[in-house]
Parts: sequence; structure tokens; C-alpha cells
Amino acid sequence: MKDNAINTPIDPKTIKGWGIDADPKNDPTYPMRKRMNAEEDPDSKSRPDNLQSVDEEVLKSVDRPKISAVFGTPEPPAGLSGVIRRQAYKYPENQYKRWLPLVLADRVDMLEGVVSDLSKGKLPNIWAEKGYDMEWKHNRTAFITKMATIGAVTAGLVVWLSSGKKKKKSKTKTKDYLSRF
Amino acid sequence: MLAMEYRGPKRVRAVQKPMPEIQHPQDAIVKVLRACICGSDLHLYNGNIPDTRVGSTFGHEFVGEIVDIGSDVTKVKVGDRVIVPFNIACGECHFCKQEMFGNCQESNTESGAIGGIYGYSHTAGGFNGGQAEYARVPYANVGPVIIPADMDLDDAVMLTDVIPTGYQGAEMAGIQEGDTVVVFGAGPIGITAARCAWLFGAGRVIIIDKQEYRLDFARNYAYCEAYNFEEIGDPVMFIKKITDWMGADCVIDAVGAEAEGNTLQTITGRKLLLQAGSATALHWAINAVKKGGVVSIVGVYGPTDNLIPIGNAMNKGLTIRGNQTSVKRLLPRLIEHVQNGVLDPKGLITHRMPLEEVANGYRMFSNKLDNCIKTVLIPPTAN
Repeated sequence: MKDNAINTPIDPKTIKGWGIDADPKNDPTYPMRKRMNAEEDPDSKSRPDNLQSVDEEVLKSVDRPKISAVFGTPEPPAGLSGVIRRQAYKYPENQYKRWLPLVLADRVDMLEGVVSDLSKGKLPNIWAEKGYDMEWKHNRTAFITKMATIGAVTAGLVVWLSSGKKKKKSKTKTKDYLSRF
Repeated sequence: MLAMEYRGPKRVRAVQKPMPEIQHPQDAIVKVLRACICGSDLHLYNGNIPDTRVGSTFGHEFVGEIVDIGSDVTKVKVGDRVIVPFNIACGECHFCKQEMFGNCQESNTESGAIGGIYGYSHTAGGFNGGQAEYARVPYANVGPVIIPADMDLDDAVMLTDVIPTGYQGAEMAGIQEGDTVVVFGAGPIGITAARCAWLFGAGRVIIIDKQEYRLDFARNYAYCEAYNFEEIGDPVMFIKKITDWMGADCVIDAVGAEAEGNTLQTITGRKLLLQAGSATALHWAINAVKKGGVVSIVGVYGPTDNLIPIGNAMNKGLTIRGNQTSVKRLLPRLIEHVQNGVLDPKGLITHRMPLEEVANGYRMFSNKLDNCIKTVLIPPTAN
């Protein structure tokens, strides 16, 4: 065990604020609704007076009765990822059919984002977006090693795949040559 | 306005976006003065939370100055400097009436399980967050709390999530005087939970992590024992040995989906996304707590499933508590603790960066570079 000496327990009562929020009645199994006196106002269906107007597409969970009184409007569903999201929201939250398509939609959305950038003439600055400046500044050796490894593995794969194609071609040629006899 | 923008896993940038608008009579527009990167933002950053859309702005920890209000806003006015709790809460629904402001029924159309949270995917309501120059703040009569005149903005921004969440983690653990409390995770939330465990009368507080610099920080900031799980062997066996084979009275999971320490959990939870994140810390918590003990969960997991030893939880008679923090409920007491010098929120901040460098901030926090504990972003309009 490392540094056991510096882990010597101290007298808690010397710590500023020790015990000032202690609550012997904080029994975790005590029903919260009683602690908060909610029975004095038992209407569980009350809603805010005003509801945000629905001016664009909002996907609603089928686990809810209505659209909430306020909601976020940025990034409404669009494109192929939007089609997948609309399908996903047809299923309840206790089913994989709800969540796994959303993970897929997020990945499709990422590719659509790159296409969108390129269509606007903008080349994503991957170095900056990934914050590699920080790796370069604080973790250079490990970062270079990691990038070199990724580069070597990628180059190796490319060489291996292209050599496979060449072999296939040369095998076909040999067969053609022999077929003349 | 300048705002952070998500482009896909581990890719973010600062871009110009349209100004937010009043969309409901109880909305306010806030000029952001400070915004933090939270450990739970990393779940979004890593692409682990479903329905995180490209183009979104993250950031659920921010404070700012009100610059516009809707027609029904009466509790705050233009010019007020406010703490904005990370939960969006109506104050009127069945749950808000019980002060469960993290479980509001009227702030998230896209899920029945979770209330609205700023900048936390469409699964949490699809709101843009505060890592921007301006942000839309719904239910301005309910959430925002005016920053006391003598309070530092850096202290205030830490009261939007980190400090309340660490405090509620300790509160939910049901700590009784003299209890042994174990906290898994020495990030900002775990360190705060360890510090707050003393306020509830803990007799011994132990924090477990693998980052030596964070363990050192926790020893000094939270006055707790701190151990590296890569050096103590099986952390569950270690805790049993040091508690006379009883287990800890209370265990707090302050890690959530990004946990390390178990290869199977890491591969299935973080790499293949077959689980809602890696449940290593929760697994350890259930096994390390004593029979009849309490496991408090403030670490964030996704909405699908996780591999945890629920049979052991049943056989041991455990109480498992978890929730999104009810920030609004806790703020009056926590402001008092800050003003009285009991808690030192800004002591957790290790890095301050301009919003323009948001991508560097995420990389630094995510990969724990330069001994990073907590990063604060400062928009150009804040100066």
C-alpha cells in the first residue's frame, strides 16, 4: 500500500463544519413525498399556464402524455439521421429499439456534419477540433507514439490490402498464360 | 454570438451561432460570465449519450447576467447576476412541488425518465447549453438564484452543479455520525462528496481513483484518505480488510459511465456501447458496502442497461439511492456554507480558458492533462 503514512486518518471533529448537517432522521427509505409535505397539494396534474408554441418538429417520447411546457428547439431532426430518429421515437424508453437506433443516428449525423461542412466550402480542422494542441503541449511523447502507431498500422493495412490485389492479378495472368498451351 | 459546437465524438469547436430568443413567457436570456466543463459533459463528448446531435452546444454549469426577460418573469430582472441550476424546472408539477427539481415533468419532451438539462443532448430536452456567450433560460421565475454581492463568480459557477451534486451524493448516502464513507472517483464531484461527507458527521472518509495527482488533491482539499486502485489490488477486498471485514457503511459512486478498472466493463460499456457505459464503480460500490448499507449514485449513466451484481444488492439488504441533483433545493444551505468558509468551491478550479479554446479544454479535461481537475471557460463578452 503506497503512502500509508500520509493516509493516516485525522480527528474528524477538527475539520471545519464537521457534523453541521448531520441528520439522524435521514433514513434513506423514508418516503420523500411525506418529507416534502406534498399531500397538502395533491394535484399531480397541474401544469404551467403557458405552453411554448410548437413551430418546428419536436420528437416526443411515447412515455409521456404531452409535449412539455418548454422544450429545446435547436437541431431538429433532418436528413438520414432524422429519419432514423423519427423511427426510434416510436418505441418506448424501455426497449433497445428506442436507444440503439439513436446511437446509429448520432454516427450518421456526424458524417452528415462533415458533408455539410464540405458543401459550404469548409474543411473541418480536425487537429483543432480534437484539441491536439493540448496533447502536443502536455503529453507529446505519448501522443507522437500513439499517432505513429496508428499511422504504421494504417500504412500496413493499406500495403497488405494492395499486395493482395496484386497477387490476385498476377495469379490470373499466370492462369491465362498457361491456358495458351 | 460565439458558442461551443459539437461535431461528433471527441470533436468540438467554437463557432458563431444565432442569438437565443425568448420562446416562452417565463424565459430569460442570460449573458454567460463563466461556464464549466463537467465530467458528465465527457459522456456527450465521447458520443456515449444517445441523441446527441451535431451542432448542439453543451454546458449545464454556467452563471451570467440577465439581459432579456419574457412577459411572465417577475422573480429576476434585467441586470441581475444569477446562478443557473443545471436542471430546468417548472416549479409547479408533481415533482417540483416535492422539491425534486431534477425530475421536472414539464421540461423534457424527449424522455419520461429525466428532466430537462441545459446542453445535455435531446435525451435531456434538446436545450442549448451555456458554453456560449448567451443562453436561453426557461422558467426564469424558478431556477435562477441571484448571486450574493460578496460572492466570487468562480465560487458561484461551481454552485450550479459540482458542489450541490457532491453534497447530495453525501446526503443520499444517509451518513450517520461516525460512519465510514467510501467515494469512488476523485474527480470534482467525488472530491466534493468526500469533503461534504464530513458535514454529515462521517467518522472516516476514503476516496479511490487511479490518478495520483487527483488523489493528492483530494487528500489536501477533502482531508480524506486516498488510495490508488492500481496499487491496492482489488478495491473491494481492500475496503473489506480496512473495515474489519464489514464493508463501508456508505459508498458513493461519483464516476459513472467512464469508469476504468475492469476490462470486460470497459470493452462492453465504453468501446462497444453494449451497456450504458462502464459500470465498474457501481459494481465495486455494491460489493464494498456493508450489509444493510447505502449506495449513493451521482455518477451519470446512459439510458439503456448496465451489468451490476443486483443479486448481491438484494442479498445484502442494500438501499440504493440516486438522482439528478435538486440544485435549487440545496442552494440556500450551500451559499451559506460558502459564505461561512465551510466550503471552498473555487479551490477546485485548476484551469481558466477563453471560450475560443473550448476544444483544448475538452481534450485537457478528458485526457487528464496538466493535472486538470476543473476547467472554467470565459466567453469574450464576459470581460
